[in-house]
Amino acid sequence: MTTPPNRNIQPAIQSVGRIDFPQPEISQLSNGINVYQFNSGTQDVISIEMMFTAGSWFQKKPFTAMATNLMLREGTRNFSAQKLSETLDYFGAHFENTTERDNAYITLYSLNKHLDKTLPLLSEIVKNPIFPDGEYDVIAGKQRQMLEVNRQKVNFLARTQFNSILFGNDHPYGTYLEPNDIGQVNTADLVDFHKAQYHSGNCSIIVAGLIKPGIISDLEAQFGENDWSGISNDQLQYLPSGSDKKDHFHLKEGAMQSAIRMGGMMFSRSHPDFAGMKVLNAILGGYFGSRLMNNLREDKGYTYGIGSSVVPLRNGGYFVISGEVGAGVTKEALSEIRFELTRLCTEQVGESELSLVRSYLTGEMLRAVDGPFAQADLYRELIEDGLNISHFDELIDTVKHINAQQLQDLAIKYLRPEDLFTLVVGPEGI
Amino acid sequence: MTEFDRFTLDNGLRVIVHRDTGTPIVAMNIIYNVGSRDEHPDRTGFAHLFEHLMFGGSVNIPRYDEPLERVGGENNAFTNNDFTNYYLTVPGHNLETAFWLESDRMLNLAFSTKSFDVQRNVVVEEFRQNYLNQPYGDAWLLLRPLAYKVHPYQWAPIGIDPSHIENASMAEVRDFYVRFYNPCNAILVIAGNVTTKEIRALSEKWFGVIVKGSMNNRNLPAEPEQTEARSLTVHRDVPYDAIYKAWHMCSRADAGFFPTDLISDILSAGQSGRLNQQLVKKLRLFSDISAFISGDIEAGLFVITGKLMKGVSMPEAEAALQLEIDEIIRNVITENELQKVKNRVEAMMAFSEMRVLDKAMNLAYYELLGDANQVNGLVQRYASVTANEITAEANKIFRPENCSTLYYFAKN
Repeated sequence: MTTPPNRNIQPAIQSVGRIDFPQPEISQLSNGINVYQFNSGTQDVISIEMMFTAGSWFQKKPFTAMATNLMLREGTRNFSAQKLSETLDYFGAHFENTTERDNAYITLYSLNKHLDKTLPLLSEIVKNPIFPDGEYDVIAGKQRQMLEVNRQKVNFLARTQFNSILFGNDHPYGTYLEPNDIGQVNTADLVDFHKAQYHSGNCSIIVAGLIKPGIISDLEAQFGENDWSGISNDQLQYLPSGSDKKDHFHLKEGAMQSAIRMGGMMFSRSHPDFAGMKVLNAILGGYFGSRLMNNLREDKGYTYGIGSSVVPLRNGGYFVISGEVGAGVTKEALSEIRFELTRLCTEQVGESELSLVRSYLTGEMLRAVDGPFAQADLYRELIEDGLNISHFDELIDTVKHINAQQLQDLAIKYLRPEDLFTLVVGPEGI
Repeated sequence: MTEFDRFTLDNGLRVIVHRDTGTPIVAMNIIYNVGSRDEHPDRTGFAHLFEHLMFGGSVNIPRYDEPLERVGGENNAFTNNDFTNYYLTVPGHNLETAFWLESDRMLNLAFSTKSFDVQRNVVVEEFRQNYLNQPYGDAWLLLRPLAYKVHPYQWAPIGIDPSHIENASMAEVRDFYVRFYNPCNAILVIAGNVTTKEIRALSEKWFGVIVKGSMNNRNLPAEPEQTEARSLTVHRDVPYDAIYKAWHMCSRADAGFFPTDLISDILSAGQSGRLNQQLVKKLRLFSDISAFISGDIEAGLFVITGKLMKGVSMPEAEAALQLEIDEIIRNVITENELQKVKNRVEAMMAFSEMRVLDKAMNLAYYELLGDANQVNGLVQRYASVTANEITAEANKIFRPENCSTLYYFAKN
């Protein structure tokens, strides 16, 4: 019989040593497309993500970027939409379409053993989509109904309208989709958008999984030619014109909870304060044990969850606190959020809390490189902003060494409650 | 192939170890064999409330989350009708903290009044956020009691009504803990760069002294066979009409489970699924429609749910859906279509185990079903299903008298 363990003290803590961010193998196709490979894992699968500078930033009319991306798979020069989906499903593969503000993505997930059948389909939908009117009517109708359903949700309303408060409704980061916008876009718009944005000059490819030899020549055969070249757009410039009013309320009749947003303008990933703000954000609302969660959930029971995030974009960025709280405690919740912001500005973070956050964030970085798909997701953020792997080393360095004074300075610079915008979406009389 | 070692401590705790040397992260997953099916009808939502209380401090450790975060770990949990699952990931060299935390809350809880009061509020807010304050959010809460009249699957893990949670007492919490949170009622899985020898030593050290306690030998009433079609009509403040149809299906252990699962794929997996091709794309009656199985361990539900396109009438939509059901019960599916859904299962399995945490969760779940090794035979099991078995199973399920339908109308 061994002696019973001492349950009153935590087992010895070992700090995470150096985190080695996996370097992708980088190659270039003959037309200049960069290919980044993360070759690891235990499953015989592969993901091939094609990233295009084709986000909503580049659209002239709302819905164009998203609709173009969704319609890629709805019929091509050589395949009907049905034939494409039948073939893809037969080989157990699937596409994922994502349209964000700066970029759009189309990703193929496939078993390696069927890649010779599925990769040509990816090439087909990226290079040869024909945007049939009939399929577009279905997609547009469906998106319109989904949008109408989402607009019943306080959380959705708060998310979309808060960006408009920050950036202004005419700015690509601030604008949001209204159901009537969908009817203003037709397939000719999609053909134009595809031609302008989905070409080899706007494209990067990230491959992840247990990669078989020969992948580069396969990609070269599908994507390496000059038959789909184009010119990268001059970066269009827009000036944010946020609201001149700090406090906003949007009525959602009968809601049982209010959705809260509070935040302000921030910056892209390459800004010198970015890493420090990641740490400050963690303390405030970036993990389960954060101050907002401790105060509003674990101490008061006002909410199921509340958090904050720093959102970097290519041409700017923002900071936002978000959560849904019981409608009857909306005022109290707002006041506690302001209390926590003020506390960050007026009191230095104690050593115990700071070391906890350092460890938590280090563990998070470790999880973020666990497995090939996670590595690809992480690295994609760097490619988008033209950064390289040393960005993560700098981030870790800040996590390990930033001090309480520097954090307080950042709080005063960016998180004074009187400087931030507030939006509440909720019922009458709160 | 997921290889693993398995051993049982003297107190009945089952331990499974999966070694994966390719990651610095270690995953720990613990299933307690207690779910919302074990609740009293007047105290529904209790297993899930209890899951929250498991984070409110244990006998020797005032806070669960903080020490784990201090070693770079992260955790969460969920409760379903059948069981409660706790999981965490931690940088491998700090694994012992995970053993310390999990064994202490299996040993005993602190039963803090403060945590109890706050978590009741948190769970009520969760109820509102995910069910009551969401368009169509109460549909599943309405469908279950329509389909089940006797079996406790008639309520969802969140419970029948927030008042059940609000009225729960500390005495009930203690009783629940004593009945269900015992080593012999739990399965512990560790996956990562570990050896069975070290896990055995850590398990003995931290969990070995915990008193065995009682097993959850549940004896739940079987749901009687449904003999006539049921329906419920509601009007809600939502933008579009929706339909929900639920048929009783076999249990997870029944041989019919695999053909049943494939039927749901034939109808709605991927973009090429029949319901999407016919009812969304060709006939344009629905904006979206899907078929799925409830995934319960005991006899569960086969569900089809869709939102109607504006201007389409409910009878028209339902009749078109019925034609698809008729098709699958009358005509044997082609080998090509059968192969398609089997290939998809094979791929989904591969994609569902990309991280050590996924593997740990799967091993624990299949051990709860009876044998963790089932995880390695699944693709083969699906591959052996024949077209005739699909037809036979479809005929068992899609009988009109076996169906409960929820008509969910937009108010305006």
